[in-house]
Amino acid sequence: MFYRENGQFKTSYRADQQIFPIRQDRVFMLLVLAVAFLAVPMLASDYLLRAILIPFLILSLSAIGLNILVGYCGQISLGTGAFMAVGAYAAFNFGVRFPFLPLLVQVLLGGLCATIVGVIFGIPSLRIRGLYLAVATLAAQFFVDWAFLRIPFLTNYSASGSVSVANLQVFGFPIQSALSRYLFCLSVVAVFALLAKNLVRGAIGREWMAIRDMDVAASVIGIRPMYAKLTAFAVSSFIVGVAGALWGYLHLGSWEPLAFSLERSFQLLFMVIIGGLGSIVGSFFGAAFIVLLPVGLNNIPHMLGLPLSVDTASHIEHMIFGGLIVFFLIAEPHGLAKLWSIAKEKLRIWPFPH
Amino acid sequence: MAFFLETLFGGLMSGMLYALIGLGFVLIFKASGVFNFAQGAMVLLAALCMARFSVWIPAWFGFENKFLANLLAMIVTGAMMVVVAWAIERVVLRHLVNQELTTLLMATLGISYFLDGAGQIMFGSAVYAIDVGMPKDPLFLLEGMFEGGVLVNAEDMIAAAVAAALVGALALFFQYTATGRALRAVADDHQAAQSIGIPLNRIWIIVWAVAGLVALVAGIIWGSKLGVQFTLSTVALRALPVVILGGLTSVPGAIIGGLIIGVGEKLSEVYLGPMVGGGIEVWFAYVLALVFLLFRPQGLFGEKIIDRV
Repeated sequence: MFYRENGQFKTSYRADQQIFPIRQDRVFMLLVLAVAFLAVPMLASDYLLRAILIPFLILSLSAIGLNILVGYCGQISLGTGAFMAVGAYAAFNFGVRFPFLPLLVQVLLGGLCATIVGVIFGIPSLRIRGLYLAVATLAAQFFVDWAFLRIPFLTNYSASGSVSVANLQVFGFPIQSALSRYLFCLSVVAVFALLAKNLVRGAIGREWMAIRDMDVAASVIGIRPMYAKLTAFAVSSFIVGVAGALWGYLHLGSWEPLAFSLERSFQLLFMVIIGGLGSIVGSFFGAAFIVLLPVGLNNIPHMLGLPLSVDTASHIEHMIFGGLIVFFLIAEPHGLAKLWSIAKEKLRIWPFPH
Repeated sequence: MAFFLETLFGGLMSGMLYALIGLGFVLIFKASGVFNFAQGAMVLLAALCMARFSVWIPAWFGFENKFLANLLAMIVTGAMMVVVAWAIERVVLRHLVNQELTTLLMATLGISYFLDGAGQIMFGSAVYAIDVGMPKDPLFLLEGMFEGGVLVNAEDMIAAAVAAALVGALALFFQYTATGRALRAVADDHQAAQSIGIPLNRIWIIVWAVAGLVALVAGIIWGSKLGVQFTLSTVALRALPVVILGGLTSVPGAIIGGLIIGVGEKLSEVYLGPMVGGGIEVWFAYVLALVFLLFRPQGLFGEKIIDRV
C-alpha cells in the first residue's frame, strides 16, 4: 500500500542506478539511521548497549566482510576469526608502540595488517577451491591462534597472550561509556556498510559474482580470476580486521587469543548463511539472529518457569544452529534477506497480487 | 637413535589413527562427492554412545561381564550410527542433490553442530572412559640393538593393527564387491549412475553408515586413549590435512597422508618445536598441507579435475 514505486520516473542512467532507487527505501534507510543515532541512545540501557547492540554492530561488520568473500566471491572461509585476531592484535601493537596514533588510525592499520595476512592465505585460492580452500583457511586459523599464544613480541610480552587497552579517545573525546562506544561503532559500521554496498554493485562486485557463479566462464569473458579473488580476500579481510580491532578495543577491552577461536569463525559463517549469502543487509539480520538467540534461550525458558542449565542451553543452541543451517540451505539458500525482499515485493503489489 | 626411533614410532601410530578418521572423510567423498565436516561429530557421538551404553547395559540387565557389555554397547552404537546415516540421507542430503560442493560442505557443518548438541544432550557432557580391555603397558622392542630398547605403547600397536585391518577390508570392499563398484560409479557421476539403475539413496545410506561405523572404531580407539569428551570432535579437525595431503578420493592416500602427517608432526614438535617456542603440532599439519597444495592441488593420489565451460 505504501510501498509502491509507480510515479517515480527516472530520466537518467545515474538516477536509475542509484543505491536506493525507490523513494520509500531511501526514507526507510534514513529512518533506520535516525533511530540508531538518536532514538536508541536516548532509550537504551547500559546493559542493552554493552551486551547486545555493540556486539551486534561489530559482528555485523565482520559478517559483511565474510559475506563479501563467501557470498559474493564464492570463496569459502573458515578462518574469519583469525583475521579478526590479526586486526585486533595489530591495532593493539600499533597503539602500544606508537601511542601518538589516533584510535581510528590504529583500527584502520589493524585492518590493513589483516588485509596483508588475508591476501597471503588467499593465494592458495588461485589454484584450489571449495573444500580445499576451507582447509587452507583453517590453516590460517590454527596458525594465527598459535602465533598470538607463542610469539611474545606480538602481544607485547604479556603472559598467555592476553592484552588490554585503556583510555580510548577519538578527536579528544574520551570513549569510556557504553553510549560513546556504541556511537563510535555505529558510525564505523554505517560507513563501512555503505562502502561495501557500493563496492558490490560496482564493476569489482560484478567480477566477484561472476567468479562465484562460474569461474571458468568468467575467465573466458575476460575477468582475471587472480585479480578478482585476491581483491575479494583483501577487501574482506580488511573489513574483518577492522571489526576485529573494534571487537577487542570497544567490546572486550582486554582479550586473549581465545576470543577469536575457531568457534568464532563458525559463528560468523553461520551468520552469513542464516542472514543471506550475497547480501549486505542479510549480514545484519544474521548477526542479530545469532546475538539474540542465546539471549532468548536463556530468558524464555526462565520466564516459562523451566530454567535450563547453562550446559543444556548451549547444547540446545548448537542443535538449533545446526538445524537452522541445514534448513536454510535447503529451503531458503538466500537466508533471512530473501524473506525480507519477498515481504517487500508482496507489499509492492498489495492488494493486487498477480 | 633410540629416541629418534621412538618418536618415529609414536608418529606412525598417531598417524594411523589420523588415517582412521581421514578414512571416514574419504569414504563419503569418494562415494557421494560430499566433504563430510561432520565426521568429527560422528566420532564423538559414537564414542559417547559406546561409553554410556557399556555402563548402562550391565546396570539394566544386572550382569558383570565386561566383554559382553562392550559387545552389546558396540552393537547398539553401530545400530544408532546406521539410523543416523539414514536420517541424514532422508532429512538433508536428499534435498541437496545437485547442489554446489560448498553448499554441501556447509550443510555438513550444520549436521556436525546438530550432532554435537544432540549427542551431549542425550549422553551428558562429562568426561567418560571407554575400557575395551586394551593393554596399557609399554613395550620394549629391539632391546638387542639399542640400550634400553625402543619404548612403544602396546595400546598404540593394537590400534594401528585394527586400523590397518579396517583399511584393508574397506579397500577390498571398494575394489571387489558389486556395492563397492556401485559406490565408485556414484562418485564418478551421480546422473550416469542413476541412469544405469544404481539407487542413489540407498548408496548414500550405505556409505554414511559405513562412515558411521568407521567413526565408531575411531571413537573407541581415541576414546580409550584420551577419554570421551568434547575435544574428541576436534581431533577430526587435525585429521583434515591428512585427506588433503593424500588426495580426497584415495583410500591409500588417506593412510599414507596420515602416516606422513603423524610422523611430521611428532618429529617437527621434537626437533623444530624448541626453536620457535613449541606447540607447533597444532598447525604443522595444516601448513604442510597448504604448502603442498600450492604445488600439487589434487594431493598425492587425488584425481586431477579439468574444468570445461
